[in-house]
Parts: sequence; structure tokens; C-alpha cells
Amino acid sequence: MTQTFIWTVAILTVLGLLLALILFWVARKFKVEEDPRIDEVEKVMPGANCGGCGFAGCRAFADAAVKAPNLDNQYCPVGGDEVMQKVASILGFTVAAKAPQVAVVRCNGTCEARPRTNEYDGAKSCRVKAALYSGDTGCAFGCLGCGDCVAACQFGALSMDPATGLPVVDEDKCTACGACTKACPKHIIELRLKGPRGMREFVSCMNKDKGPAAKKACANACIGCGLCAKTCTHDAITVTDNVAYIDFNKCKLCRECEAVCPTGAIHGVNFPKELDKEAVKKRIADRKAKAAEAAKAAEEKKEVANG
Amino acid sequence: MGKVTFSMGGVHPHDSKFAHGCAIEELPLPQTVYVSMAQHLGAPAKPLVAPGDKVLVGQVIAEPGGFISAFVHSPVSGTVKAIAPRQDLAGNFMMHVEIAVEGDEWDPAIDRSQDLVTAIPDDKAAILDKIKAAGVVGLGGATFPTHVKLSPPPGKVAECLILNGTECEPFLTSDHRIMVERPKEIVVGAAIMQKVLGGCPCVIGIEENKPDAIASMSAAVAELGYPNIRVQVLKKRYPQGGEKQLIDAVMHRQVKSGGLPIDVGAVVQNVATSLAVYEAVQKNMPLISNVLTITGDNIPVERQHNYHYRIGIPLSYIVEQAGGIPDTAAKLISGGPMMGKAISNLDATTVKGSSSVLYLSEAATRRQLETACIRCGKCADACPMGLEPFLLKRLYKAGDLDGLEQNAAQDCIECGCCLYSCPAHIPLLDHIRQAKGQVMGVIRARAAAAKAAAEAAKAAAEAKK
Repeated sequence: MTQTFIWTVAILTVLGLLLALILFWVARKFKVEEDPRIDEVEKVMPGANCGGCGFAGCRAFADAAVKAPNLDNQYCPVGGDEVMQKVASILGFTVAAKAPQVAVVRCNGTCEARPRTNEYDGAKSCRVKAALYSGDTGCAFGCLGCGDCVAACQFGALSMDPATGLPVVDEDKCTACGACTKACPKHIIELRLKGPRGMREFVSCMNKDKGPAAKKACANACIGCGLCAKTCTHDAITVTDNVAYIDFNKCKLCRECEAVCPTGAIHGVNFPKELDKEAVKKRIADRKAKAAEAAKAAEEKKEVANG
Repeated sequence: MGKVTFSMGGVHPHDSKFAHGCAIEELPLPQTVYVSMAQHLGAPAKPLVAPGDKVLVGQVIAEPGGFISAFVHSPVSGTVKAIAPRQDLAGNFMMHVEIAVEGDEWDPAIDRSQDLVTAIPDDKAAILDKIKAAGVVGLGGATFPTHVKLSPPPGKVAECLILNGTECEPFLTSDHRIMVERPKEIVVGAAIMQKVLGGCPCVIGIEENKPDAIASMSAAVAELGYPNIRVQVLKKRYPQGGEKQLIDAVMHRQVKSGGLPIDVGAVVQNVATSLAVYEAVQKNMPLISNVLTITGDNIPVERQHNYHYRIGIPLSYIVEQAGGIPDTAAKLISGGPMMGKAISNLDATTVKGSSSVLYLSEAATRRQLETACIRCGKCADACPMGLEPFLLKRLYKAGDLDGLEQNAAQDCIECGCCLYSCPAHIPLLDHIRQAKGQVMGVIRARAAAAKAAAEAAKAAAEAKK
């Protein structure tokens, strides 16, 4: 009996040592040479594996960063500049600071503003709904309200507001990974510059219908009147397909467009003071009057010079 | 020969053919019609008229926009008012030609008499040209241009022409009525298509729940005496009218995954298409009208109709002519209850393939609360394509495109049997339709890439020479 015990322990021990040796040898012989910096970079990454950078996960990003000649085409939206600086210092690159971005919902078709023309009771998915028809309101461009964006967000930054039926972005949680912009079949969510202290201006409408049709479908719609584009002194606003768009790289946050918009489709958020529309309108009128006077004076001067 | 049916899956919804006794009535013309440029599968047609032009009934107003596309003709006489985008049934913007109706003047080339022309022209190419010029498309639902379907690719031979008179969707009775009222024209149309396909046999498949249609069609076949045409009675089962299911039922052949009916020697055409072919070839009549059923559950008989309508008539006008929307109706559907689409926009207009306006009550249409899958396998039993809907839905949710392709999501015919049979009320088809779209996108992209690579290789080889 004792013999059996001894033999068993002995055989298993020898076998274990033997296999360990083989494994050790195999590990040495077939070792995959990997750049140690990949591990280092991966360590400083947020580890969310969200795919917001365009790579399959943080390790894939790190792998690509190590192989890339520079970091111009790579950016971790979640970690932001802080992480990018760390990555750059590990790899010996320099990166310019990138302004932080945030997801912006460009639809203000609330339940009150946008009357329902029919009722949808199909699968609760914006993608399915968009494939079936244009939506349960008169607007074929706005939010469908089934919350595909909320499901796509890995950071809990999106939620549906039951009162308006629209998604709401939690700015503190949003990492601008862009998952929601890809999930939305109507493409109403856009990554925009977060702006100084979060202040930003945007057109909260995507309706490409002509003015009357857009207005009929939704009280908050952009009617493409172009007043904002005419008023803007920074050349930041364009009107294409009956809908205005503010270029966030050119916008100087003067809020004049917001003041002149007849439907309230232009939104300014996080400004310390509420917009005094009348004051801004007066400012614009004064400026225009001055410009007209100056033009007239120049004309007269010209005439005098000619005469 | 006894009754036959297809071999796999299928369901048995109540057929609800309440309007089968309503004779076809001519729908009066409205003030204005809006003719869609996208009435067929494939590229939208290109308008040939401009605002202010006078048009006659049957005059060409748009030409095909690609190889798979069709001519569109004016359904009315009058003045073209505008060519502008307008919302279709699903609310998507499509180009429409707006025509103000003035009188009812027909193109003089069209033979409007009721005389039956039984002599079939000899020239196949001329017949095909006439079918193409008349803008005939498949009226069974897919609206695939008929002249394309009647021209098998080189190397493929049609061994059997199947005329689809199954009308397996519940409620619909338009095909039933034309088989009862115009059987001879349908049979002549079948003989014309037989001629084009090189004289293959023709089988007219009709489900057993239409005994009067079976009798009238059989009588017409016997009376006209064309060789090799017979009526085949089919057991009632949904989706028997699906192309692949009908081929299985009639010829006992299965079309493989990714294949076309012509691969097994079959060409399937709807009976309404056959009627359109007859009118195009024998009467020079373009496809500007069709028959549409207005029916529903719990609708009084006097409000049910089978209308012979012209294309481009707004649905709201038809509903008004039929006495307005009944109070019991909670949902309006264009097409059958299984595959049709809910009407979210009554301003949409009729197209070549419009087959019905259904009024369904709250009880008949309300979706039940979705619960968890209990793995009963009813959906897999019901699927006529032999797919596993529960699995496809899971793979779609997981975003596994390779898995979806391996499990043949692209073969789904969107018949809705899975959704109909699911005891947990899971909207299987809604998800699978999405999955199918994605997989088809991958397959198309791959085919395009392969084609580009082959062309590049060819160019490189030629450059070497």
C-alpha cells in the first residue's frame, strides 16, 4: 500500500518536472518578440475598450501607436489630451493638444413641438424603425426616440428624457468616443467642440424640408430662412438643403444667430447669462446702420473726389 | 393530379377573404394624380416630361433609369403640374410627377375594346420589346421588371412557367377577382410568356380556397386550347405565393441558397402580371392600372371593394371613395397583413404594385408584450426557408455578421412566419430584416471588390503583353 503511494507521488513529480522543462524550453524557443512599449502604452490607456479611437480596443490602439511614424492619426477620445501626452512621452513623440469634444443631439422635436401623426408599436430599436418608415411624426429627419444611442453608450452618458422623448447627454460622463453618432440611423448626434467652459452654439435641427413643411412638422424646426447666416460676422454658418449648420471651428460664440433665429432652432448652452435677445438685436441693427452710414459716406467721398 | 404544397415550414393564418365576392369596380378619377418614379424594383425612372406639358392616357412620362428599371406612363390625360419629391408610403421622399386631370383622352395607339385577341405574335423579340415599352413589372409584390425576368441569362433554359394565382396572403382578393372575371386574358398572357420562354409548359397554381377561380381558369384553359397549360390546385398554406415555395410545390425542386428560380428551370409570374402582359402585347395598353382590395376585419360588406384603379391616385382619395376610414380601424396596411406595410402617410399614392388597403382593428393588430425566448423552436418549424430565426436574432444582437452569413440570413424572404408563430411575441422578423440587409451589404461589397480585383489583374496582364 505504502509502495503505491510513494510510486504515485514520485511518478507525478518527475512527470511534472519533465513537462515544466518542456514548457520552459518551448517558451524560450518560440517566444514572440513584442515591443515592450506596447505594454507600457496599454497601461496608460483608459482600458475602456470602447473603440472610439477606431481600433478594436486599447491594446490594438497601443500596437498601432507603437508602429506608427507619428501620432497625427491617432487620438483616444476617452483619455483625451492627458493620456495622449503620456503616450507621446513613452514613444518619444510630441502631440499638439486637441480641444475636447462632446456629443450634441441636434434635434429638439419634443413631444409638444412635434405632434405624433401615427403610433409605432414595432421592435424598440431606432434602426428597425428607420428601416420601416420615416418616423411617427411629420418630420422624416428627427429623433426616433427608441434609444439606440443610449444602448450604444458605454459610459452611461446618454439617457432618454421621458418628458421630451429625446436623448440627453451628460457632459461630464461623455467621452466623445462617437459610438452614439454611429448608432443613430438619422445621424442627429454630432461630436462638437466642447467650447470654453462648455459654452457652445449649435443648430438643434436636421430637417431638410422646405420652411413651411418643416414648420408644420415641428414647431422648433430650422426653416432654412438664412437669417443666421446673414447675421453671422464670422462666416461660421452655412445653409444647405434648407437647414443651417454652425461650423464650431469658426464660431466665436457671439450668440447673434441665436437672437435672430425666428424658431429658436439655434441653441446656446452653458452660457453664464441668459441671452437678452432685444439687446443683441439692437446691437446688430446699430452695426448695420453704422455700416450703411459708412458706405454712404464712402460713396459721397467718392463722388466728391470724382466731382 | 392531387393537391400539392411546399415541403418545409409555413403557417396557416385564417384566410379572411371577406371581399372575394365583391366584383371589380372602376374607381373614378381624382382631380390630380401623383405618379411615382420608383414603382419598381431597381433604379428609379427618369422623367421625360416637364411642367406645363400636355399628356394623354398611356403616354410615356419616364424612361428606365438603369438595366433593372421600367418605363412609366401617364395614367390620366391632362397637364403636368410639377416634378417634385413627395413622401411615399413609408414617408421617404421620392420623385413624383404631378398631373392635373383634364378629361380622359387616350393615346390612339391603345386598343380599348373588350375583344379577346387570341392570336399570339411570332416574333419573340418584338413581344419582349412591347412588354418592356409598356412598363410591365411583376405584380406579385416585388415589382421586378417583367422583361428582365422573361430573358433568362445565356446557358439557362426555362423548363416551366409557373403562374402564381395562390394569393396566399390573408384578406387580399384582387388576384382572385381577376381570375374569376378575366380568366381568358390571363391565359392568353400566359401563352404569350410561354412563347417568349421557348414553349415550356405552363402551370397555373391556385390555392384550394378559391374554387370559383379554379373553375373559371380551368374553363378558360380548356376553351382556348393552348398546348401545355394546366391548372394546379394547391393546398392552402402561407407563404405558398413565395417564388421559391411555389416552385417547390409545383416542380418539387428547391432553389439553393443564393440561387435564382431560373437555376432550377423555373420562371414564376403573377396572374396579374400575366394580365398586364396580355394587355401590353395584344392591346398596346401600358401598365397604368391594377386591381386593389379594400377590406379588413369587422368591416361591413358594403364598405369592402375591389377597385380597378389607375396608378398615382392618392390613398386618401381611395379611402374617401370607399366611405372613409371605419371607426373600428386602428391600423391601415398596404398589402397583406403578413408582409404588407403599415400606412403612415395617407397622402402616398398608388403604384403599379399596390394590392390593397386593409383596415385592421386594435385587437387584430396590437403587438403583444415581448417576453424571453423559451427555445421552443416554433419559429424554426415555421420558417419556409429552413432558417433558425431565434439564432439569427441572437447573432444580429451580437453583431456577428460572419455567423449571420453562415446561417444564411440573406435567404430570409421576410414572410413573417417566425414572428407569427412566436409564443413569446419576439419581433424576430424586424431584427432579421436588419441582419439580412447588413449581410447583403457585405456580400455585395465582397462581390464588387472581387470584380475590381479581377479587372485590375486583367489590366495588369494586358499591360505586361
